[in-house]
Amino acid sequence: MLNIGVLHEGFVLDHIEAGRSMEIYKYLNLDKFDCCVAIIKNARSNKMGKKDIIKIECPIDQIDLNVLGFIDHNITVNIIKDDAVVEKKMLSLPREVKNIVRCKNPRCITSIEQELDHIFVLTDEAREIYRCKYCEEKYRRKKK
Amino acid sequence: MRHLMSPLDFSVEELDQLLDLAGDIERHPEKYAHACDGKKLATLFYEPSTRTRLSFEAAMLNLGGSVLGFSSAASSSASKGESVSDTIRMISCYADICAMRHHKEGAPMVASAVSSIPVINAGDGGHQHPTQTLTDLLTIRSLKGRLGNLTIGLCGDLKFGRTVHSLVKALARYENVTFVFISPEELRVPSYIKEDVLDAQNLPYREVERLEDVMADLDILYMTRVQQERFFNEEDYIRLKDFYILDNKKMSLAKDDMIVMHPLPRVNEISVEVDKDPRAAYFRQVQYGVYVRMALILTLLEVKVC
Repeated sequence: MLNIGVLHEGFVLDHIEAGRSMEIYKYLNLDKFDCCVAIIKNARSNKMGKKDIIKIECPIDQIDLNVLGFIDHNITVNIIKDDAVVEKKMLSLPREVKNIVRCKNPRCITSIEQELDHIFVLTDEAREIYRCKYCEEKYRRKKK
Repeated sequence: MRHLMSPLDFSVEELDQLLDLAGDIERHPEKYAHACDGKKLATLFYEPSTRTRLSFEAAMLNLGGSVLGFSSAASSSASKGESVSDTIRMISCYADICAMRHHKEGAPMVASAVSSIPVINAGDGGHQHPTQTLTDLLTIRSLKGRLGNLTIGLCGDLKFGRTVHSLVKALARYENVTFVFISPEELRVPSYIKEDVLDAQNLPYREVERLEDVMADLDILYMTRVQQERFFNEEDYIRLKDFYILDNKKMSLAKDDMIVMHPLPRVNEISVEVDKDPRAAYFRQVQYGVYVRMALILTLLEVKVC
């Protein structure tokens, strides 16, 4: 296994579906943070065969993990403080997500109203379906 | 303060109360003639609509109130680029309640989030048209005497027809309702209605293409127009617009107490000869639309009439 240095404080996002790490990098807005990020692609995994891992060194209150639950709630989040894992966080589907994805329905009011938040609401937890709060258009997840 | 965005905003019990009130208005209109004296309804119609706008205006005038508003986006500040949020903040200073129709889906919900007066969704694109659904429910309850134990055939444009989607969702809450969807392949009811509403509750439904095959089974036939404004492609519209034409020959296959409903306007889908058939209920439906909107205005304004 490739070895990346130990984190003092931050997150290790484990069990990311192989190939989705860059998508998560984008959703977490990691390009806008001045922090050390390591992306490991196609790491060997007993459980998944292949997986991606992201290590982020930053204060632990800096990142909105709510977004991760929306993207893939099977990701394991290890929270690191003072060089040790202090919490393994299980993700759940957030009730709603704001300005993470945009409504693609051209007939939706979000396509013209100024500064209107794009909000998707969890309408069916069992089938993991999110719908636009305004027009009820279904959010279609990208499948690899 | 309450708004109306979707027909499901009201619980079944609240809906019963609203329909009871509408029934009382029908029987004793004089009791309600001054219920809204001094109150103003703003009709904000960004998209043309004769029927719905006039129905709202008639409802408010019948209650003794007055009406102001606009009937197209071109004659509103939207043509200058004003947002829905700004428009409703301004209208809140002029009126006590408003009805909004907008071509963009969710526009009335955006308005309701910032409004200081009740907002009624009077139709938002292909999404919701709750007052049409209330009209349909009142018509069914008044003419059939019940909202459960019914077989309802919905015919025509079931893909883009928002009245159909809303009505299915609303009737799905009642016992023993069977849906028969009659449409060409291209205009079938969307999968989210089938999966999220019907399959999710194990409700029975059938999809057929020929109206004649199911006429004898129906308690209600709900006809719809193929709406030109919902098509991006004119060729598809021309090919599908006359797929169904209800005439006396087809009516002869139906039960004696079946009713024919239509949200109107109709184009060719119901032959004029059917108008004389006592089972044709679509013009009575228009009258029920006024009663139910009167009841809705009273409910949202919290006006009590003894």
